[in-house]
Amino acid sequence: MFTAHRGRLTLIGAVAVGAVVALAGCASGDPLAEPSSSATDSTIVVGSQAYYSNEIIAEIYSQALEAGGFTVDRQFQIGQREVYLPDIEDGKIDVFPEYTGSLLQALDKAAVGGTSDATYTELQAALPDNLRVLDKAEASDQNSWTVTDAVASKYSLTDIASLTNVTEPITVGGNSELETRPYGPTALKEKYGIKIAGFVPVEDSGGPLTVKALVDGDIQLANIYTADPNIKTNSLVALTDPDGLFFPDNIVPVVSQKVDDSAAAILNKVSAALTADMLVDLNSQSFNDKLSADKIATAWLTQEKLV
Amino acid sequence: MSFFIETLAWLLDPANWIGAGGIPTRLAQHLLFTLVTLIVAAVIAVPIGFVIGHTGRGRGLAVAISGAFRAIPTLGLLTLVALWVGIGLSAPFVALIVLAIPPILAGAYTGFEAIDRKIIDAARAVGMSEAQILLKVELPLGLPLLIGGLRSATLQVVATATLAAYIANFGLGRYLFEGLRIRDYGEMLGGSVLVILLAIVLEGVFALIQKLVVPRGVTEGLPTDIRDGSSRSRPVMETTIEKGNSNVHST
Repeated sequence: MFTAHRGRLTLIGAVAVGAVVALAGCASGDPLAEPSSSATDSTIVVGSQAYYSNEIIAEIYSQALEAGGFTVDRQFQIGQREVYLPDIEDGKIDVFPEYTGSLLQALDKAAVGGTSDATYTELQAALPDNLRVLDKAEASDQNSWTVTDAVASKYSLTDIASLTNVTEPITVGGNSELETRPYGPTALKEKYGIKIAGFVPVEDSGGPLTVKALVDGDIQLANIYTADPNIKTNSLVALTDPDGLFFPDNIVPVVSQKVDDSAAAILNKVSAALTADMLVDLNSQSFNDKLSADKIATAWLTQEKLV
Repeated sequence: MSFFIETLAWLLDPANWIGAGGIPTRLAQHLLFTLVTLIVAAVIAVPIGFVIGHTGRGRGLAVAISGAFRAIPTLGLLTLVALWVGIGLSAPFVALIVLAIPPILAGAYTGFEAIDRKIIDAARAVGMSEAQILLKVELPLGLPLLIGGLRSATLQVVATATLAAYIANFGLGRYLFEGLRIRDYGEMLGGSVLVILLAIVLEGVFALIQKLVVPRGVTEGLPTDIRDGSSRSRPVMETTIEKGNSNVHST
């Protein structure tokens, strides 16, 4: 006869237990931590950014390593640098395609940058002891402040500093993190005195929505990566950067101590073969031809006789 | 535990409560956007739902179409529309209307369908016109279920309106995207807490409205306990205590 009451008690009990478990779950440290990898010790974990071009390079690294007899665990599309860098530093990821200048700026806010080689040397010094960078590639995928052809010719824009010629309000568009980056809208204001009207988040990492917003005139200035095939197809103008606001961003694998000499040799061969034009072409195969990263990687590695 | 403290610290930081990117502004944007979306979705869905409910025709089609609508991923639709109309609020607006229509439509026609046909026949027998039947009988009796549909649409829209920040400097979603990108989990969770609070408040408001719109004739006319023909009598309710309380009905 007490079924109803007992049922209710059970319910209250269940809710209470649930709440306690939930709270305990929150209390025991980092709920966003990655579950510990079940892979064996010999497995090399390759990571990539949530950026299609970075994923292609990560896939190239993975297939090259697999061809060399290594077992690879792919952890692709892990957000932006702020998200994955701690995992690399903790040794949870063994190989990650990175960009010399951007990584340097993330590791050392006071970095000076300079030429491609100087940036690379500075990066080697800035890395924590358990990490190292292998050879850098000639290919670079650099941040750039990009405008449309029309705006560039109207105000005769060539380099970033010439943006002061622009009389209409400049709205900047890009990923959220751009707003706080050292080369972001604040730097444009403070360093060059460029009048920035506002910042609009377009969360696709300089992808099609950003390009469309730029072409439509919803934004006037966007951060598009220089290896982006869109620059050519939409006649955009990447403003030159004589003052080194952006650091040179050559592609370089960041590796943990688990990457031994034979694995390092494989990755160095890949970097030696990767030229700037090839990178634009790889990106174009993904962006314009809609090929998947693994197909693009296989085709390129075969073409370069690396597998 | 540190996330709790970071979240609290973020929520209590006075700097986050002022200016164009402050919590009050973003909260107001979010609420306004949700309400406008719901109104537009209701203007589209309610008349269609009423026609289906009143005539009993086209139900199969409505179920199929709204089912298909429900299956559309909102972020995908938003991106697709944005590639066509550009960045700003239009694309999230369209995507959220598509999200809100199915529950409102379902609420509108099921509200009519749930009405005992005898009541409609009686209304017709006393000489009511079709318009009168619609406005004086079906609408008031179907209103609780319609409000129920609006309520579930509201919950979905208020939560999904965070996607507006994917392509616009707008709403509470900004905190989520920005926090995620720059790894400021205090900001991200703080933004989520605000969305949750807003959802709970709206849910409470609708629960209240849903109770208030039950016509007096319906609540007063409820039989004491003897619902003849009710197949849902539960044996556990047969205790004396339950019987004593049974004139308080939960619909």
